[in-house]
Amino acid sequence: MLDWPLLSLLIWLPIIGAVAVVLAGERTPKLAGPLALLIAGLSFALSLLLYGGFDTASAAMQFQERVVWIAAFDIHYHLGIDGISLPLILLTTLIGVLIIIAGWQIKDRPHLYLASFLVLQGLMVGVFSALDALLFYVFFEAMLVPMFLIIGIWGGPNRIYATVKFFLFTFFGSVFMLIALLWLYLQSGSFAILDLHQLPISLDAQILVFLAFLIAFAVKVPMWPVHTWLPDAHVEAPTGGSVVLAAVMLKIGGYGLVRFSLPIAPDAAASLDWLVIGLSLVAIAYIGFVALAQSDMKKLIAYSSISHMGFVTLGLFLAFAIARNTGDVTGSGLGISGALVQMISHGFISGAMFLAVGVLYDRVHSREISSYGGVANTMPWFALFAVLFFMANAGVPGTSGFVGEFMVILAAFQANAWFAFVAGTSLLLGAAYSLWLVKRVFYGEVSNASVAGLKDLSGREWGLMVVLAVFVLGVGVWPFPLLAMMEASVQQLVEHIMTSKVTP
Amino acid sequence: MTLAEMQLALPEIFLLAAACGVLLADLFIKDERRGLTHMLAMAALVFTAILSLRLLMAPSEVAYAFSDTFVRDRFGDVLKVFSYVILGGVFVYAKHYLRTFELFKGEFYTLSLFALLGVMVLISSASLITLYLGLELLALSTYALVALNRDSTLGSEAAMKYFILGSLASGLLLYGMSLIYGATGTLQLNEISVALASGIGDSMLLTFGLVFIVIAVAFKLGAVPFHMWVPDVYHGAPLPIALFISSVPKLAGLALAIRLLDNGLGGLHDDWQGMLVVLAALSLVLGNFVAIAQTNIKRMLAYSTISHMGFMLLGVLAGTPEGYAAAMFYAISYAIMSAGAFAVLILMSAEGQEADQLADFKGLAKRNPWHAFVMMMILFSLAGIPVFLGFFAKWQVIAATIAAGFTWLAVLAVLTAVVGAFYYLRVVKLMYFDEPENERPFQAPVDFRAVLSLNGVAMLGLGIFSGGLISLCLSAFV
Repeated sequence: MLDWPLLSLLIWLPIIGAVAVVLAGERTPKLAGPLALLIAGLSFALSLLLYGGFDTASAAMQFQERVVWIAAFDIHYHLGIDGISLPLILLTTLIGVLIIIAGWQIKDRPHLYLASFLVLQGLMVGVFSALDALLFYVFFEAMLVPMFLIIGIWGGPNRIYATVKFFLFTFFGSVFMLIALLWLYLQSGSFAILDLHQLPISLDAQILVFLAFLIAFAVKVPMWPVHTWLPDAHVEAPTGGSVVLAAVMLKIGGYGLVRFSLPIAPDAAASLDWLVIGLSLVAIAYIGFVALAQSDMKKLIAYSSISHMGFVTLGLFLAFAIARNTGDVTGSGLGISGALVQMISHGFISGAMFLAVGVLYDRVHSREISSYGGVANTMPWFALFAVLFFMANAGVPGTSGFVGEFMVILAAFQANAWFAFVAGTSLLLGAAYSLWLVKRVFYGEVSNASVAGLKDLSGREWGLMVVLAVFVLGVGVWPFPLLAMMEASVQQLVEHIMTSKVTP
Repeated sequence: MTLAEMQLALPEIFLLAAACGVLLADLFIKDERRGLTHMLAMAALVFTAILSLRLLMAPSEVAYAFSDTFVRDRFGDVLKVFSYVILGGVFVYAKHYLRTFELFKGEFYTLSLFALLGVMVLISSASLITLYLGLELLALSTYALVALNRDSTLGSEAAMKYFILGSLASGLLLYGMSLIYGATGTLQLNEISVALASGIGDSMLLTFGLVFIVIAVAFKLGAVPFHMWVPDVYHGAPLPIALFISSVPKLAGLALAIRLLDNGLGGLHDDWQGMLVVLAALSLVLGNFVAIAQTNIKRMLAYSTISHMGFMLLGVLAGTPEGYAAAMFYAISYAIMSAGAFAVLILMSAEGQEADQLADFKGLAKRNPWHAFVMMMILFSLAGIPVFLGFFAKWQVIAATIAAGFTWLAVLAVLTAVVGAFYYLRVVKLMYFDEPENERPFQAPVDFRAVLSLNGVAMLGLGIFSGGLISLCLSAFV
């Protein structure tokens, strides 16, 4: 049973399924939705098999598949996962199902909408499981195409500006990665990511490679100051687009830093960690203030995402400072673990918040905070869930948002108390903008007629909210399974990056 | 002239006879049965292809013929086979256009076949004279093709401009050749390279000759600053002719560069590498930036060609087998992509009015969903987005550039590719994000639609399974 090429199935089932959805949808539009749901559900089930068969004690790549792809350049179709990629794949397939359910009611060409998401899902799983650098790049870039169409066709009024900006920003970043990958290939004669991890490189070259990767992944995360595409893309994207963008696509930036930047150029990462930490702290604090000033709900969540992703990049690069301060190599992985937990948690929370805004938008067709007020009076069940998600966003203990932030702040203390101080402002600011939004939208008197006429959650929306609430609370109360999944891989990563790769 | 030598040039000999045959037969074919000429020309292509494939399958050693003026090697065979395939596509695309615009005459076919013959002779040339013969046969046929619609002032102007500038370039080429001949005392490309290796020849004379030759190559490819004819010719020529010019002759341009610069003047690599660096950098920047400002799609594609030729030169200037193979892959994939893009324009021109404005693309996704999808794949491929064919062409030339030590040029190239993505995305935007002016789908005959679909699927198929084509190109050089 486990001899199945599970990873290939997870990549190609949605992509080939998308073709089926388009063909079926052209003939009988009614068929597109159930078929897409079937495919997404099947993918999720397959990813659970992956979870079941995964050996958490091992840091090695598992479920490997390796076939020659382009023989002349020794490029392989090489897949495999470790404890870092597995949770992200599970997140991708789960969010995939939720998006299909949420996108059911789209009016304009629904079969194409659903098919785009399925293709996107397959490509994202490809990104998380590729072990060949060129294969990774292919998946990484190909993702732009469906997302470009999703925002451009089904987005809001300013969608064209937003989607072109999104595309060009990401494309701009990733071409530097391509140069770095080709340079590494010419040095090592291999595109295998694991080979590149072992390749000794001089410090000067490492710094250039590191910066090239950083540009690519910083745009994707996004880090301040290359974040400006994100608020535009989020605001204009349809609900499903915002959800997948926040929940999964941003994580690809963080994943890239873990898979490429840190292990390939560890010495450069150690000597330039101040840069990434600095940018992360700016993102956490400054973007937190920016979020406070937003009047558009989606924009507020977008800025909140940037601020929270700042925790991810901060956590990833704290290890070097901790090791310098305490000399404890094993303990320096705390920040990295925290960052990875934060990625998963933010995936649930941001996805949930965008779905919640989508619920309101479907009814009132406004994203402005000022159009609402007293929603809790007319939609009590919805308010219950939404308040939970915004609380989780503020990092309330008992929710998943707390775990990652707490671990990162703890690690920051070991590195430098000032880092922890600045990062800590996020707890304040996060609570401020989240709760203030809750107050203005949900509490108080019913402010206008459209709010007065609101109907509470439909069965479909109930389902979405319950699933996400379970995960947000589950990870918050019992994060152990998640931590156990990634522990061995994080340990190996930390030991790897603490060993210099500079040739004497 | 032995029989064995004739064997090597069998495809050329057959095509010459066949082109003359088509010319004669066409005289006796009435206008309403012109489809027969099309069938005859296609048959000529198929048989030539069979003859070339037989040579390609044969043991792949290099063989010379006709007093060493003609060479048959794998590089030539592969390029020729792709020329036939692409010209076959051009014929199918063109037929639909020529019918709608009442230009369906036999001249198109005979001139195209003679141009193809020129391409083949050029590809197989082993001496400066054969090379020039092939080039001129191609050029003269193309000049006439541009003026195919003789009542169009735009077309005549373009043909005139093309003719004058083209002749100038041919003159420069001849002058350069004469200087090289003066310095080395031979016209054979392989003897020139031997002479250079042994240090024969005045270096001043050689450098002068080289400069003229590089200019002529740059002109034929349309590399900046010798690109001025490209936009005007694309704009003025009828769509199928622009389609032709942007596809098959690009393969010839590559052969011209490699035969002259590598086979002949490989010893001067250090000299011409610097010149190509400048040409490539200028083409990349100017082509991509100026394309943004175009509202006429034919002009936009012309500037896009210029930038793509810049990319192709990146592979040539590396001067390594991998670099040449990358350039060859680039030329072939560009010809396929460009043919598809022009075919979609032909499809949209069905109402007796050429679709040459960007605005004509509005809402194509609602009118012809499948063809809009094909065009989208072609555009993403041109922009160099994986998994489409164009990406695999781009990364190879960029890798060759980095390997040659020009990392800054590689960075410049990818940055201009980002700029280029903008104007390709704009077309996708028009097709998918805008509303059509009317919902009526464009019609085309079944063979046209089949070839166009194949062309679109090739973007994906040749991209995902690019390994085979990459190996084929590499096998031509190592």
